[in-house]
Amino acid sequence: MPMQRRRFLASLGAVSVVGLAGCAGEGDPSGSTATQSGGGADGQSGGAQTDSGQIGDGELVLATTTSTYDTGLLGALHPVFEESYGVTMKTIPKGTGASLRTARDGDADVILVHARNAEDKFMQDGFGVNRRDVMFNDFVIVGPDGDPAGINGMDSATDAFTTIAERESTFVSRGDDSGTNKKELLVWDEAGTDPSGEWYRAVGKGMGDTLVQASQTGAYTLADRGTYLSMQNEIELAIHVQGPLQGGPVILKNPYGVMAVNPAKYDDVNYEAAMAYIGFLTSPTGQSMIADYTANGSQLFFPNAIAEEPNFGQYVPQGYTAQQASSLSPRDREYLYWVDKQVPAEY
Amino acid sequence: MIPLQAQLPDGGWTYVVSIVAVSLYVSLTAVGLSTLFSLPVALGIGFTDFRGKRLVTAVVNTGMGFPSVVVGLLVLILLSNSGPLGSLDLAFTPRAMILSQFVLATPVLLSVSLSAVEGVDQSVRDAAYAMGGTRVDVGLAVIKEARFGIITAILAGFGRAISEVGSILIVGGNIVYSDGQSYTRTLTTAITVEARQGRYEVGLVLGVILLALVLAVNGLGSWLRNQDRGERSV
Repeated sequence: MPMQRRRFLASLGAVSVVGLAGCAGEGDPSGSTATQSGGGADGQSGGAQTDSGQIGDGELVLATTTSTYDTGLLGALHPVFEESYGVTMKTIPKGTGASLRTARDGDADVILVHARNAEDKFMQDGFGVNRRDVMFNDFVIVGPDGDPAGINGMDSATDAFTTIAERESTFVSRGDDSGTNKKELLVWDEAGTDPSGEWYRAVGKGMGDTLVQASQTGAYTLADRGTYLSMQNEIELAIHVQGPLQGGPVILKNPYGVMAVNPAKYDDVNYEAAMAYIGFLTSPTGQSMIADYTANGSQLFFPNAIAEEPNFGQYVPQGYTAQQASSLSPRDREYLYWVDKQVPAEY
Repeated sequence: MIPLQAQLPDGGWTYVVSIVAVSLYVSLTAVGLSTLFSLPVALGIGFTDFRGKRLVTAVVNTGMGFPSVVVGLLVLILLSNSGPLGSLDLAFTPRAMILSQFVLATPVLLSVSLSAVEGVDQSVRDAAYAMGGTRVDVGLAVIKEARFGIITAILAGFGRAISEVGSILIVGGNIVYSDGQSYTRTLTTAITVEARQGRYEVGLVLGVILLALVLAVNGLGSWLRNQDRGERSV
């Protein structure tokens, strides 16, 4: 795509975290939607956009979990981002596992997901860069009002799961390698129970689907609080075990992270726009929009990108330390690494 | 209809109109391309005898039942940035959806038009040859004679394409822009979103629109056939 559009970057400073308010004045709000006339038009011909503000090719492919999409949060955030940066968002809602795979194949520019262990693997394999914490909520164990397994009010998620397994009450699992599914399997693992039998049904669907199915069949399931709250009107399920937001066990925490796809792996990813998106989500504007987003009168997500205290853990895989066994200090090794990498041999 | 408006995602009817447009654009293009491909091939297979002809016919017929999700997966692997055709940048675009629907519709079109072409009496071809027709002339004469069957083939191919959800969900990514304009979301994939979010009413409305579209196209098909009958009887 046209190279001259890169010049806009220089003035924008794509990584800018705080410049949003200023950018809102600079960016051309109409630029973001110029190509979208007529749904039948093949959007490939993206060249018709205005010149005033494009980052990369002006399109940003976000692979994200169904929970951010189905709750409507992204629907609230994206128009503001698009207007400010002149970027057209293409959002592909999938489970976290599928989003990571899409990004791994170089088919997405940025991902917003919620499975820290899988995110760490993604970073460690070199596919993800510049990870930031964005927001969190928690998971809740929901089930029919009658509570056939009798888990209501338990303060241990593992005990509740064990009880469901012992009573063989129907449990619907996402079974789709999503962040929620990964969390559910972690809880089973912690409980020391291997769920099997006809009462345990892996449905391979998104969170909304799974809640609907659990509601229709009178089953228990693990749900992120955001999707559960946003769908309360459509389903008949009650929270039986609370997450940590309301005093429940910390194992049910649900933190979301955003990261860019490493442009060294795929040189055609829109890295600049990815960084602008990360900057937007973690900016005071983006964070307050997340905090202000409600469904059915409840706040769904709690922003946590901005803190006075340093939070280095968000940038690197968990448990990562620079102190790997060596006589050199980390700084020295880092320096030698850069010498090795950047200085030509014949220098 | 008024409460429905409130339930529709951002963009309201613009959203519905744009997903209808994307559905038609993708399926009609795929079926159009498939027709251009299938008719000559059907003529070729129908009028020549070669070793393995029955095998080819069997493969084509099997292709009619080819699972759309498998086609979607294969097309995605092919077009993915890390796949063999990654440099074309086609993953999660309408063109990728056209490709996968082309693959799905072609066996249907080919199979039905093949039997239509084979059903044309030998005398028609002989007459066309006798009148000094080229191969193209003969082919056109046969197509004209077999037009009922070919219209049926195109309709069947379109039916397969427009109602298909598995492959286009995988290769298209179900993308809608934030102003409510669809990019790769079709009626069928939109219904999966509505079902997932428990908004059955909206999903049902989209389903009715889909049915109406299929009905309209089939109606057009039978109208064409009837026109034809009228002409003939005159």
